[in-house]
Amino acid sequence: MSPLFEEIIEEPASADVPTRRVAITVNGQRRVAEVEPRLLLAHLLRQGFKLTGTHLGCDTTNCGACTVLVDGKAIKSCTMLAVQADGHEVTTVEGLASMSELSPIQEGFKDEHGLQCGFCTPGMMLSATAMLAENPNPTEEDVRWALSGNLCRCTGYQNIVKAVLWAAAKMRGEEPSHEGAA
Amino acid sequence: MYPSRFRYEAPRSLDDAIALLQAGQGEAKVLAGGQSLVPLLKLRFAAPELLVDINNLPGLDYHRVDPDGTIRIGALCRHATLERSPLLVERQPTMAAAAPLVADPLVRNRGTLVGSLCHADPQGDWAAVVTALGGRVVAAGPRGRREIPIGEFVTGPFENALRYDEIAVEAVIPASKGQPAGGYLKLERRVGDFATAAAAVALELSGDVVTRAGIALCGVGPSTIDATDAGRALTGRTLTAAAIEEAADLAAAAAQPRTDHRGSAAYKRQVVRTFVTRILRNVVSTAERAA
Amino acid sequence: MTALDEIKIGGLGASRRRVEDNRFIRGKGTYIDDIVLPGMLHMEILRSPVAHARIRSIDTSKAWEIPGVRLVLTGDMMATRNLAWMPTLSYDTQAVLATDKVRFQGQEVACVIADDPYIAKDACEAIVVDYEPLPAIVNPTQAMAPDAPLIRDDKENQADNIAFHWQVGDKEGTDRAFAEADVISKISLHYPRSHPSPIECCGSIADFDRATGKLTVYLTTQAPHIVRAAVAMVAELPEHMIRIVSPDIGGGFGNKVPVYPGYVMSILASILLERPVKWIEDRTGNLISTGFGRDVYLDGELALRRDGRILAVRMHTTSDHGAFFGDAQPSKFKIGLMHSAFSCYDIPYAYLSATGVYTNKAPGGVAYRCSFRVTEAMFFQERMIEAAASDLGMDPAELRRINLVRDDDFPHRTAWGFLTDSGQYGRCLDVALEAIGYEEFRRQQAQAREAGRLLGIGISTMTEPLGAGNSREYDILGIKMFDSAELRVHLTGRAILRTGARTQGQGHETTWAQIVAHELGIPADDVLVEEGDTDTAPFGMGTYASRSTPVAGAAVAMAARKVRAKARKLAAHLLEVSEEDVEWELGRFHVRGAPDRGVTIQECAMAAYANMPDGLEPGLEASAYYDPPNLTWPFACYVVTVEVDPETGVWDVLNVVAVDDCGVRINPMVVEGQIMGGLTEAYAMASMQFITFDAEGNCIGSNFMDYLLPTAWETPGFELHEVVTPCPHHPIGAKGVGECATVGGPAAFVNAVLDALKPFGVRNIDMPLLPDRVHEAISRRRDVSGAPPVRTD
Repeated sequence: MSPLFEEIIEEPASADVPTRRVAITVNGQRRVAEVEPRLLLAHLLRQGFKLTGTHLGCDTTNCGACTVLVDGKAIKSCTMLAVQADGHEVTTVEGLASMSELSPIQEGFKDEHGLQCGFCTPGMMLSATAMLAENPNPTEEDVRWALSGNLCRCTGYQNIVKAVLWAAAKMRGEEPSHEGAA
Repeated sequence: MYPSRFRYEAPRSLDDAIALLQAGQGEAKVLAGGQSLVPLLKLRFAAPELLVDINNLPGLDYHRVDPDGTIRIGALCRHATLERSPLLVERQPTMAAAAPLVADPLVRNRGTLVGSLCHADPQGDWAAVVTALGGRVVAAGPRGRREIPIGEFVTGPFENALRYDEIAVEAVIPASKGQPAGGYLKLERRVGDFATAAAAVALELSGDVVTRAGIALCGVGPSTIDATDAGRALTGRTLTAAAIEEAADLAAAAAQPRTDHRGSAAYKRQVVRTFVTRILRNVVSTAERAA
Repeated sequence: MTALDEIKIGGLGASRRRVEDNRFIRGKGTYIDDIVLPGMLHMEILRSPVAHARIRSIDTSKAWEIPGVRLVLTGDMMATRNLAWMPTLSYDTQAVLATDKVRFQGQEVACVIADDPYIAKDACEAIVVDYEPLPAIVNPTQAMAPDAPLIRDDKENQADNIAFHWQVGDKEGTDRAFAEADVISKISLHYPRSHPSPIECCGSIADFDRATGKLTVYLTTQAPHIVRAAVAMVAELPEHMIRIVSPDIGGGFGNKVPVYPGYVMSILASILLERPVKWIEDRTGNLISTGFGRDVYLDGELALRRDGRILAVRMHTTSDHGAFFGDAQPSKFKIGLMHSAFSCYDIPYAYLSATGVYTNKAPGGVAYRCSFRVTEAMFFQERMIEAAASDLGMDPAELRRINLVRDDDFPHRTAWGFLTDSGQYGRCLDVALEAIGYEEFRRQQAQAREAGRLLGIGISTMTEPLGAGNSREYDILGIKMFDSAELRVHLTGRAILRTGARTQGQGHETTWAQIVAHELGIPADDVLVEEGDTDTAPFGMGTYASRSTPVAGAAVAMAARKVRAKARKLAAHLLEVSEEDVEWELGRFHVRGAPDRGVTIQECAMAAYANMPDGLEPGLEASAYYDPPNLTWPFACYVVTVEVDPETGVWDVLNVVAVDDCGVRINPMVVEGQIMGGLTEAYAMASMQFITFDAEGNCIGSNFMDYLLPTAWETPGFELHEVVTPCPHHPIGAKGVGECATVGGPAAFVNAVLDALKPFGVRNIDMPLLPDRVHEAISRRRDVSGAPPVRTD
């Protein structure tokens, strides 16, 4: 925001709606917002903080497209109120890497063709990131179990599983196995 | 997708939380893990005037064993903690078996056992498990604390015995007097689904004799089913094929399933019979392997 | 001068890592809901809670009073602009906002435009609608009953609930063949209603600019040009002032082909308010109101000789189209390409009759990951074959082998008149049976049965018509089904390519560049691919029905060849020889007989801008509109093994083998991704995925708690194999593939479970094979047919 000016919008409508101030560390950066209690965390991240990599795909806490990390735990941000994140640390897909350097998970998803339309991908990668932090040497079964709260409609999951195993190998310092060329 | 308006408070002490509920006059809802409540808010099936978020209350995120063997689970203990708990694997096989089958991994990171009991979903996993174990819920209110046996706590589908100004702060699993054994089996159409039918079996064994048996069911009745006859049939006996069959039949008879798009009533009874049989057979084979 | 390595430059056959992934893995995709325009408002839709009712009144006064509400629209207000109804893609009409009646649960009744979606939702709740309930019709039997209430009383000359009768084939020849048959195998099947359910729901942002008169609509559409045409016709706006932008699409699978009422409402709202209006559908809205798939009943018969030869096939289908017939399919085929069934088998006679009915259910449908209802066709085919094998007491693999079209019979004219182009059907079957270990599995199965364990193996073989047109036969709303590409090579040899298709995960940004690399030797990394903006992309019919590679992909190759032809002139000029003396190798022209004297395609590009010969038009670009001579006919063989738990009816998949022959593979990695995704949807439909309705027309399956999509946990692993028979009429020999596994897969899963249940005399269980249905079949030793009922006792 430029210090030169800030337009104050006077909306008589919004005056009597109670809001609360929240301070959330998002991807390492402190963000402060004034929110209505009913605002979902996913909406604050997307509309408020313009972090649109967090997606929404269902109304009923089933699809996991909105998965983010709160204090390192993978949770569905459509099923947490923004006010509840006050004082907590949130990691979104935008926090997985700098633009120049990808995290192993991101690399693995690209290398193993772990995505097609890309809509479930941020949630998948965050669930996988949380799992690998806890279990650096997962089996295929471990990966499938850890991702069972995230729905994908395109890939059939097989390449997602391979992507996570690829990343796990890389994070252990091993040479991940490649398939194909170019 | 978008909840209606409500007021929100996140008290930092239990007394403040109770005071808020008192002031709410029954128009307030307690928010813990929120994995059932927030979806209801989003679908506008619930529209409370006030939400009292108890996540900031100190000292409720625990599960532990008292010296006498009693297991206590605090109101902010998440399913995921129980799923990863060495304590349960060692001490409480029925709970250990159920913990990974609650909802999905993401929901388990937020949702709580005590919250699940309060929600009293007829398909809820934990209510069946705690029923089989003969557990209790500790309620804290303006007049202090009281312990409510699980059978009295769950009063009906999505109804519990809490007064409007009470908060469920702890679930209590009584100490096992013998060797704990048992399990939990759930038929779900896919991960994260509610139970089409599920059976929780909690035994206490002295040698190969059953000294206490609790069997409870979910998904097969208007509320959690306590199959007391089935449990009684096992008490004082060894787990012979005949005893297992009798218990399984009694559990199936105790079920009150409805025919719906998940399956016919007869089918759900059959699943109950099969699951109780399988859990009990597994107890026998585990014991045989250990011997 | 060493020759270019085509794989290294990302040409044909390279498993090139996807370009689009670079933004998706960073969360930097731009999906519809990520777009924010200045001054944008938000729309929410109020939907009917009942399936069939007359609207007595709609009171919106309380909604208007809510602060932040800008507009409340009802059907009556739409009607003043002649927008209460709109045409469907099947020459029917569909309500945008209900005026007279609601005809299905979830139908759009009103909408609110407000400052944010929370307020819009508050206001929707404040609208009071008075409904006069009418009896709901929820299946074809009810619809066709003589005293059935008339659903479409809005239509003149509509006296009943029949949407159409249609037939195709040689009825008399078929009847004769049946009269001469040794064995007639009959089966009745239901393919239940399903929903594509991409993880991203539908949405639109309409932005009408009064100053310029231009309407820009960002839209989740698989076919932006069709939408522009439809908007021009429906809203009576000048076509050149309409810009449709299809941003990144979070999956389509057919769900994002039709034009939905929400789109039209947001457009009118933006015109009225002169501000951008965003509508993002919620999941319930998506499941209960947008294009579903299937919901077709079959009565099928095969006339057979004792030795297994099929003499004729007779099919009658009854399809449930919901309240408005809005199938997205070519207009002359009322039940799509159902008559492409049995195209992989050599059968002399065939006859199909079809009846479509209106019911009080969501309208449509769409070809869910399927080329105009071929999913139903191939499922019915493979279930009929399996039943026939059982009736003949013949091994199902053998029955298929006897009847498959032989390699030397191509092109092969099917009994219903399609011309299949090429294939090695028998070889695909052999590869699949060997991979799964067919004989060994049969031995294991016999042993397991002795021990009370139920193992089963299921096969599905099929070819399907992919890549509509040709333009003679295929159209949408009268617009012929061709497609297009425009290739512009910049002076440094880099290029931009645009097509009339629209990727939704298929990877066009990666694979189209590979076709250019193959044709021109320009590295794929040097080609930017753009799609989805009607202001810049050439006119095309979009991406669905596995038509992108067969049609738009062919157009890319043809455009590149035009560029190459012009580059040849530039090369001749640079090399100072005549055009006839210039020879092409990948990425380079050289003088005939003097391979060292050459110029690269990049040097030609530079010359096109900096050193063109006199008389030659500057620049290096070309466009191509490709009208395919025929559909492409990939073949696939899927084999599945399962074990069924007799006590609970739960079945586990042991192995899945897929052998696909989709011709030349542009990017093998991407092709395999498509096949695995398709197999998963096949498994989903066979095992859990269906939408049903109760007697009042309430939709059971209106959210992801009831409408089940498989997770990573249930989804089996897949073993993929390939056979390559190049398509003889496609410029690079490719065939469509995106839908093969969804089309051919379900029967393999169902056949496997039924094979396991053979000892119980069970011949059919209709999908989905939920554990209770499988258990019922086992315990009662009988078939379980029809849609899963919504029973309460």
